[in-house]
Amino acid sequence: MNFDEKYYNIGFLDQLSYKNTFVHRLDPRIKLIVTLLFLFTVISFSKYEIVALLPFFLYPVLLMTIGEIPLMFILKKVALVSPFAIFIGIFNPLLDSGQVFIFKGLAISAGWLSFFSILIKFTLTVSTALLLVATTSFPGVCHALRQLGVPSLFVSQLLFLYRYIFVLMEETMRIVRARNMRSFEQHGKGIKVFVRIVGILFIRTVERAERVYYAMLSRGFQGDMPTLKRFHIKAGDLVFAVSVAVFLYIFRFYPATEILGRFVQGVFS
Amino acid sequence: MADALLSPAVGATMWAGSMATLGYSSKKLKENIDNKTIPLMGVMGAFIFAAMMINFTIPGTGSSGHIAGGILLTVMLRPYAAFLVLASVLMVQALFFADGGLLALGCNIWNMGFYPCFLAYPLIYKPIAGDGTSAKRIYIAAIVSVIIALQLGAFSVVLETLLSGRSELPFGTFALLMQPIHLAIGFVEGIITAGIISYVKKVRPEILEASNTLRPLNAGISLKKVLAAFVILAVVTGGALSWFASTHPDGLEWSIQKVTGKRELAEQTNGAASLFRDIQEKTAFLPDYNFKPVVKEEPKENEAPAWPGIEAGTSVAGIVGGAIVLMFILFIGFGIRLFKKQ
Repeated sequence: MNFDEKYYNIGFLDQLSYKNTFVHRLDPRIKLIVTLLFLFTVISFSKYEIVALLPFFLYPVLLMTIGEIPLMFILKKVALVSPFAIFIGIFNPLLDSGQVFIFKGLAISAGWLSFFSILIKFTLTVSTALLLVATTSFPGVCHALRQLGVPSLFVSQLLFLYRYIFVLMEETMRIVRARNMRSFEQHGKGIKVFVRIVGILFIRTVERAERVYYAMLSRGFQGDMPTLKRFHIKAGDLVFAVSVAVFLYIFRFYPATEILGRFVQGVFS
Repeated sequence: MADALLSPAVGATMWAGSMATLGYSSKKLKENIDNKTIPLMGVMGAFIFAAMMINFTIPGTGSSGHIAGGILLTVMLRPYAAFLVLASVLMVQALFFADGGLLALGCNIWNMGFYPCFLAYPLIYKPIAGDGTSAKRIYIAAIVSVIIALQLGAFSVVLETLLSGRSELPFGTFALLMQPIHLAIGFVEGIITAGIISYVKKVRPEILEASNTLRPLNAGISLKKVLAAFVILAVVTGGALSWFASTHPDGLEWSIQKVTGKRELAEQTNGAASLFRDIQEKTAFLPDYNFKPVVKEEPKENEAPAWPGIEAGTSVAGIVGGAIVLMFILFIGFGIRLFKKQ
């Protein structure tokens, strides 16, 4: 992915979060807590679990469809960050060669089970985390964090970072473009030029921070960044939270998929 | 680190460690911060973020890399502020690029933030670089401290993966994969870090001096604090290790089970065994990680919760059920899409 693409990617995710659907209107605190609960439940499954994980796809699918988030966008991002998990997981089939019978006579190595389990968990956790931002907006997440007790200094840091990412990325984009236009093949893309570029970027950043500080001072900055927006937890939020919690509980502790499969088998035999 | 490779115990432990460090850092920072530092930190985070996105060619290999910037930030901002900035950058990356994941964020903040800010910088960079007047010393200090910080971070990834038990990679192999790669990365990043520091020192020396004058307030880091950091480290690794120890019997049992074969066990999963399994699953949240001694009555009951659904009898039902569930979810998804379009 080149620089421009990375930039527009963040921008697009940000844009998505300004839609106005049921999922977007939910209280950010509730969404954050529910998401963490979901992630925690998913990774709590043992390493050979595949079947019991499948019902959990319902949650990201619901967020995505009700929140009107494009499927391909999320899938692409999931695929983009998958190499690390695949790299670590691919050793399982090679190293864990215990045989497991699926049907009578058909056996695969247990390592494949744990590999696919990692892949499924990976898809679930990554897509859900992305959908949290895509449906909540980053400032929303930040205010939720502050109300949940995260130090306010850190929250202002996040808010600042988010605000200036776009500014600095545009500046960097211009510098990178200038470098690319003056460099052919790999010439001029080495460490020396890189150090210069980052050095200049650094100095510009410090100078910008100074200007930002004076601008903030003149607008009454006293070390804190309050928000005008107030969030209230409504009945709908609670219903959402409770139903997701019940859903997670049921599918975590009862082998529902297996029971369903056995039931269908019984009907047809 | 990624969510999918993590067990809840390790994830939660690392979150606790990172959040504690975060809380401590912001408390410390609040005591002696001037308001000017707040925007500086924020914009600096965006700077690191942007700098990470500029690729450069690694000499001799032709592949491209980017920097992580832990030591660079610490040199410019001092440990407490740098830790907050790094944590915020990692958080934005986790949320916007799904780099790592939300539960692995605790691990990542620890691996990439704690080591450069609180170990490599005070213990290695500062003693070697001295007062920062000698360019040669800055180079040596930066390279050594970046390498050490990255080695510690990489080793933590190995430990965390190992303790989580989701990957089959043996400790030695994984460590041999991770450490040399990060040695090379660390060397390149060290040179770059030193280059940027000397460049800034040449062009705008007052920036570095300004952060130097902050020093009496933060007063470097005393030996007591370093010791405290090591104690925290020991507690965290010790805690994680004990969890590992308690999950280990599962693996042992499983290898025993591998030897005995599976078909005979499969028949027993329908009757009393499945009932036992249900009960055990309901009574123990996170069956793999409870501290209760492993039940010893009959072998088939305690191995069942570790891998429900892979015995011959149940797995057919599992596949059928799984297919139905997935179709159902797809159906719901498309249904809502269609409904919304109208």
